[in-house]
Amino acid sequence: MHRRDFLHQLTSTALAPSPAGKGRGLGQTPTTGLTPYSGNWGNAQVLHLLRRTLFGVKQSELDTFKAMSMNNAVDALLNVSTTQPSPPVNAYNSGTATDPDVPAGQTWVNSPISPNYSFQRRRSVKNWWTGLMINQDSTILEKMVLFWHNHFATESDTIQVEHYFYKNNVLCRQHALGNFKTFVKDMTIDPGMLRYLNGYLNTKTAPDENYARELQELFTMGKGKDSKYTEDDVKAAAKVLTGWRVNNLNFSSYFDSTKHDTGNKQFSSFYNNTFISGKSGATGANETDELITMLFQQNELAKFICCKLYRWFVYYDIDATVETNVIEPLATIFRNNNYEIKPVLAALLKSQHFYDSLSMSCDIKSPLDFTVGFCRQFQIAFPPTSDYVNLFNHWAYLQSAAAIMQQDIGDPPNVAGWPAYYQEPQYFEIWINSDTLPKRMALATQLLTSGYSKGSFKLIVDVLAFTAKIPNASDPNKLIDNLLLLLLPMSADSTVKPILKSTLLNGQSSDYYWTDAWNAYVANNNDTINKNYCTNQLKLALSYILNLAEYQLN
Amino acid sequence: MKRKSFIKRTAAASLLPVFINGLTFRSYANSPLLRLLAAKAALNDKVLVLVQLNGGNDGLNTLIPLDQYTNLTAARSNIMIQDTKVLKLKGYEKTGLHPAMTGMLNLFNNESSLNVIQAVGYPSPNFSHFRATDIWLSASDSNQIINSGWLGRYLDDAYPGFPNNYPNTDMPDPLAISIGGVVSQALQGPEVNMGMAISNPTSFYNFADSVVNPNPTTPAEKELAYVRLVAQQTDKYADSIKTAYNAVTTKSTMYATTGNSLSDQLKIVARLIAGGLKTKIYMVSLGGFDTHSNQVNTTGGTETGAHADLWSKVSVGISAFMDDCKKLGVVDRVAGMTYSEFGRRIASNASLGTDHGAAGPSFVFGTKVNNTLIGSNPTIPGTVGAADNVNMQYDFRQIYSSVLQQWFGLTKNEAAGVMLKDFDTLPIFKTTGSITDIKKSNISFVSNYPNPFENSTTLKIQTTGGLTQVKIYDAIGNEVCTLVNKILSSGTHEILYETHNLTSGNYYYSVISGSNRLNGVMLKK
Repeated sequence: MHRRDFLHQLTSTALAPSPAGKGRGLGQTPTTGLTPYSGNWGNAQVLHLLRRTLFGVKQSELDTFKAMSMNNAVDALLNVSTTQPSPPVNAYNSGTATDPDVPAGQTWVNSPISPNYSFQRRRSVKNWWTGLMINQDSTILEKMVLFWHNHFATESDTIQVEHYFYKNNVLCRQHALGNFKTFVKDMTIDPGMLRYLNGYLNTKTAPDENYARELQELFTMGKGKDSKYTEDDVKAAAKVLTGWRVNNLNFSSYFDSTKHDTGNKQFSSFYNNTFISGKSGATGANETDELITMLFQQNELAKFICCKLYRWFVYYDIDATVETNVIEPLATIFRNNNYEIKPVLAALLKSQHFYDSLSMSCDIKSPLDFTVGFCRQFQIAFPPTSDYVNLFNHWAYLQSAAAIMQQDIGDPPNVAGWPAYYQEPQYFEIWINSDTLPKRMALATQLLTSGYSKGSFKLIVDVLAFTAKIPNASDPNKLIDNLLLLLLPMSADSTVKPILKSTLLNGQSSDYYWTDAWNAYVANNNDTINKNYCTNQLKLALSYILNLAEYQLN
Repeated sequence: MKRKSFIKRTAAASLLPVFINGLTFRSYANSPLLRLLAAKAALNDKVLVLVQLNGGNDGLNTLIPLDQYTNLTAARSNIMIQDTKVLKLKGYEKTGLHPAMTGMLNLFNNESSLNVIQAVGYPSPNFSHFRATDIWLSASDSNQIINSGWLGRYLDDAYPGFPNNYPNTDMPDPLAISIGGVVSQALQGPEVNMGMAISNPTSFYNFADSVVNPNPTTPAEKELAYVRLVAQQTDKYADSIKTAYNAVTTKSTMYATTGNSLSDQLKIVARLIAGGLKTKIYMVSLGGFDTHSNQVNTTGGTETGAHADLWSKVSVGISAFMDDCKKLGVVDRVAGMTYSEFGRRIASNASLGTDHGAAGPSFVFGTKVNNTLIGSNPTIPGTVGAADNVNMQYDFRQIYSSVLQQWFGLTKNEAAGVMLKDFDTLPIFKTTGSITDIKKSNISFVSNYPNPFENSTTLKIQTTGGLTQVKIYDAIGNEVCTLVNKILSSGTHEILYETHNLTSGNYYYSVISGSNRLNGVMLKK
């Protein structure tokens, strides 16, 4: 097709961004829908489910979930802990600067705001959060917390107040698999969000539209072809939301009726001409509930959220077939369950569509999938909780590694979240470029070989301990099969296995070169010669696997 | 679409692991550089630097209309900059720059290296950051979705077949470079992104060689082919980038030493250009322009604060870059422009900020630009509504089209192909040695009477004749109607505008003929 025709085709489509994408254009679209999957429950299916819902997969997780039924496996992943993790601590004192309000090793989240230590405290939230991902249970929780952070994106640089940054994260944890309507209400008056989108400055004399716009464009309605709210709806919503303020002493939000616009608010025909009558006094706050009720009466909302969940867990391209077979029925489930999130996830993760071979291996790992997933796959040891300084410093290393690969948790590029989840036509491919791909490889190589040292601790893969957990490690053929199974989401090129085998055998031709060395090391861990041989050959072989393009996929 | 026949490398024999620098891999497969067979338009040696200002810049506090001071002060008293502090443009006493922009003032007043364009936008402005950014990067209409970037389309025409058979002897270097960890959407071609990202020009990684599947049929195969392609491209261009970067050193002392990422980015760009890269386009960016609140300081004067800091960074970065390019001997090959996804409202809010707006100024820098101010000061109404915007005078795609024709040497038809439409150019660059005097344009005067009006008003236009359009816009920037679209004879014309069904408020009229455009504001009672 000539380029001009190609462009004509693109431009002749009217304004129709998500969910109606341009189609995969690959000749193969999964036509399966939400019918429960009843096919084979083998390694491919188990690993696919775990890769998409966890950060990286450990051998022990593969074993555990493979022993369950598909239904039970999904239920187990969705059964998340409701206990909140203990908060971040002061691991940031230095020789020249000691936080006077918080003893070393204790949390600062109940201490007063500290302009002098705000930056260190915000860093500590990012490091703590990275640690929570690395130490995640075998549940979907951390992937959903990140999903909501990307959805209700805020930037800690803008929020500034460390307590609000922390509380915003806690809010995402509390509602991660809860009720989306309740979540929207709580997020609307979350002090971090009020600061981030100027809601706390939105008053009757000076309406600020920032939150009202993003609430509709990014948080609930989206910009799909059927989302037809107007500029006047943005202004009316801004008026409804006037009066919310933040209290920097108790870190909470409150409603100040003297700042509230008590005039009537009229919405457009898209919102069925909803009329919110202006209310004075404390009842002015109820207008916010009326606004949210109005938003949740629109069919578009459920479709928009289901599209985002689909992109997060399956693939970015949503064509007409996927929209009909997956998005629409998922949205119906969302509405029929009063906007509870869990039933939607259960339906998606148990569906034929999810286990369709065309849905597999096609995600490009996000920087956090890459960094956190790497730590979990290889079960890298971190300092104990008691050694909080080293622990936070090493979490910080992983956090900043993901940040330079363009995913800085707590500070996405803007309120739309990371472009990989919305920017046509590239989507996930945005993660990989000539700057970020070398950084991924450099990190993997470093953690596998020399390690990262800071203070008295070194982060490094223990290749022997890792390999000892792989089934049939003494047989080089089975070891290679099992390593590739665990580490790559697809079968590798036919040239790969001979290279790996040649590496393990150090160029020799008989399997026993590896088998004897490995068995000798297992029998006697102090056998230095065989220990060194196994270590070196494993590092070479694993480096080779990590260097393959397949390793970037999920 | 058969163009995408990806590079196939013979790899099987070369896949044995080789260890360099510890544990990295690199194969030594020979991929012979195939000469480009297709005939290719001769390319000049011009370079374009795009400076993206993310967030929506407040144009009225950037390029300040001194003759609108009374009305402007009424609309934005809490953020207004004192007129005595505004930096006046030489030859344009009624227009000045933000006091933080001393470097850019010098480029205009003394170095003859700055062209300033008033009120750049597009019809029916969009106020979403994301949609508006897409519009600017793709050069689409407001209601049109285009998935390729305007520069991606230009490069796709200039370097047919990329990335197949690149690099080659004609183009050994990357076509376009985004400084930082992200490749700009403006470089997205019809099929592949034409740019690469660099944050450290000396640090690369050697990748394992592998075959790129030319015909991926499943989503997984498609993504795998993409990752492999990036690895190959990175490998292939690493040497040329390192070599260029190390070939010269920074010559200017005007760059910021700390805390100015734009200055840091432009410093890298100058070295890559002077170091001999044939790369045509560089993208740099600075964020933070979404100044809903506290764009000026509460104390210390309205010429200080977040917006001042941002423009200080831009001004320092651009003036240092120009100084550097001059000292490195490449300044005549370089042009750059600033742009932001939208301007901001005329009225400020009570948070010492401004909300999302419409048109705003663009700056084009380089020794080959016309050292002029294009367009007139925006007209600020006496009473400004909260939603009122600066009315556009020029479509941003006129600038793009001018760059393509006057800088990159495309014909009018070629530019129209890239821009997907034909746009009139603006006299931004010196062409054939003469400066086009835009004051000799064919519309000399417009006004309307009565104003304010109730049911009708009469527009009076004085012209030397030619095809003329008269368009009416509402205060937000939406087009209300095209009142005139015909050839007017030389002289004065009176056009009655019946306005019975308009709601009350401010309206703008634009009289357009060729690249010339005059605007006025009127109030319906």
